[in-house]
Amino acid sequence: MKCALEIKGLKAGIGGTEILHGLNLTIPKGEVHAIMGKNGSGKSTLAKVMAGHPDYEVTGGDVLLDGKTILGLEPDVRAREGLFLAFQYPSEIPGVTIANFMRAALNARRPEGQEIDAVEYYNELYKKMDLLKIDRAFTSRAVNDGFSGGEKKKNEILQMAMLEPKYAVLDETDSGLDIDALKIVAHGVNSLRGPKLGILVITHYQRLLDYIVPDVVHVMVDGRIVKSGPKELALEMEKKGYDWVENLVAA
Amino acid sequence: MGKNGPIPTGRNGSPGPAWWQARKAEAWKKFQATPMPRRQDEDWRFATIDAIQLGDFHPGSKGKTAESKLLARSSASFPHAAKAVFANDCLLHVEGGEELAKKGVVFESLGGALQKHPALLEKHLMAHPVDLGAQKFAALHAAHASAGVLIYVPKNVEIELPLVAFHWLDGSEAAVFPHTLIVAESHAKVTVVDFLGSTEVDGTGLACGVNDLLVGPGAKVDYICLQRWGSKVTSFQLNSTRVEKDGEARSLFVNLGAAYARQESRSTLVGGGARSEMLGLSVGNDRQEFDQRTLQCHDVPNTWSDLLYKNALDDRSKSIFKGLIRVAPGAAKTDAYQNNRNLLLNPEAEADSMPGLEILNDDVRCTHGATTGQIDRDQLFYLMARGIDPRTGAQLLAHGFFEEVIDRIPDKKIGEAVRTFIVEKFASMKMQRTKEEGMGPVRKSGKGSLPETEVLDVRALQGLGT
Repeated sequence: MKCALEIKGLKAGIGGTEILHGLNLTIPKGEVHAIMGKNGSGKSTLAKVMAGHPDYEVTGGDVLLDGKTILGLEPDVRAREGLFLAFQYPSEIPGVTIANFMRAALNARRPEGQEIDAVEYYNELYKKMDLLKIDRAFTSRAVNDGFSGGEKKKNEILQMAMLEPKYAVLDETDSGLDIDALKIVAHGVNSLRGPKLGILVITHYQRLLDYIVPDVVHVMVDGRIVKSGPKELALEMEKKGYDWVENLVAA
Repeated sequence: MGKNGPIPTGRNGSPGPAWWQARKAEAWKKFQATPMPRRQDEDWRFATIDAIQLGDFHPGSKGKTAESKLLARSSASFPHAAKAVFANDCLLHVEGGEELAKKGVVFESLGGALQKHPALLEKHLMAHPVDLGAQKFAALHAAHASAGVLIYVPKNVEIELPLVAFHWLDGSEAAVFPHTLIVAESHAKVTVVDFLGSTEVDGTGLACGVNDLLVGPGAKVDYICLQRWGSKVTSFQLNSTRVEKDGEARSLFVNLGAAYARQESRSTLVGGGARSEMLGLSVGNDRQEFDQRTLQCHDVPNTWSDLLYKNALDDRSKSIFKGLIRVAPGAAKTDAYQNNRNLLLNPEAEADSMPGLEILNDDVRCTHGATTGQIDRDQLFYLMARGIDPRTGAQLLAHGFFEEVIDRIPDKKIGEAVRTFIVEKFASMKMQRTKEEGMGPVRKSGKGSLPETEVLDVRALQGLGT
């Protein structure tokens, strides 16, 4: 069994328009990869297709989680198989506390009738919150309801910490964050890095990659990965701009 | 007897004083003289009148459940100062009254009140109008009412712990007429919780209850009615609330049971600074129908009312909401809100909403609104992306939808009891579904994965699957 999140020749789109034109990418477990790309290059489409958003249709290729295809599975099944998507725009859910939401998510991973013990649950939750430097009062607030941009992203990372996925896709986790919030979120992600987790960081800006230093950087143009390289590629991109890669592709 | 024929009277007629007898006889005459409502009647628009069958049920019908069992089931999860238990309108148990009596508080069954406090009863019993359509059923109630409690709180007395009453429908042909009369004198304070339930989840029967809240100057009354009759019961709950100067009333009607549950609620604000908060929560499944008619009457200047009724409807269940804010001539500075929100958990569920205003004065602030929507797809996708199956996700969203209402109950322990009841209702819906699915082709349980046909169809998310 190959321990990796593999995207093979993925073609997908929305409303009959193809956005991903045969994308290939492999994220081995234990590594952090980054995708950089301009707006409209298909970055967020990739994230949503992997998570199984119902608006998107897959027309070709495959997505494999440790060698098993996840296309065709419902979003909740994919999540239980170990895929996690940190949303660019997390939904606000009034009336549902973070504590209840997280408990439902954990119970979804356990056999019926063996729900998580309340004491065990709160111990785990507080441990993760301390790790991520999140105030405990956070848990009694409704999910993302009236949260600042930074709080929403912190909440995403907290969920990732609690659910312990095999692979996590972070969709523009830096968008809407000031530098202090960015540092906190990056600290959270870094503290979860390790041999059991593969991470794909999707971003528009190099800035985030100063704090979450990737093992590999991929550049995405028009629904394809056009260039991959070590972390220094991010700096080169920042210096030379996206036009540079686009010209490379055209040449 | 035809299917909509009268219920025979006299089977549980307690003797009582002459005025009591006379009123009962008069009410019975009125019941007989009033025609059955028709769907064409404005006050019964959209209601499934066929569901109303009176003739099959009998007041005073004997139950089959042992008294000890009923008493064991009549337990509230929160601390309370007094309790009364009735089954098929017979008083089984009452406690706490003596202790309250030391403060001059009355907590008596109607039978007890007839003997000990006839004047109070004569003055206040159904003294306020029921005019939202169910006049015939109010008359039926008046003709038969024998069970329920009179709660009287004298001036300046505050009761911290809630007072509770249980009403059980037992057996297949019973009719019950639960009555709750709360009289709070000037600056008194009390919280009352009614539990209405059947001994069997799929029980049948007729329930025709009245609850009147009389809130004196500066008094505070909280009333919570938790209705979970059996799934085949026909239910009427008729409420009349009257609030005097600077008084505050708050009512919450939780409707979970019954095949057809009509609930009328009227708040009349008769003194400056009077406030009434009118709350409703319903969870429907199968073909349940919740029929809600409300009236906010602002008779004098400077009064406030706020209505929020929320319904979550699964399967082919249905809600009807018709509400009116009426501002009398001269009732300036009225501040009134009316909001009905419906969440359809299934595309086949139905919500009919008719909010309304009748304002006969300038210088008022009145807003009303009604919204009906399905589960938000983005919210559901978000929950599913965390591994939560779509049905559990939809229920979680429904709980979230109700929090705005539950949050308004000052007694947090009662709020928790309401949450538990809603959780249990959802659990019973799941059980029922599992049972039905069990008869079809073998499917994997929802926990491991969705049924195969849905796995292949990501659009199932839209309709929330089966």
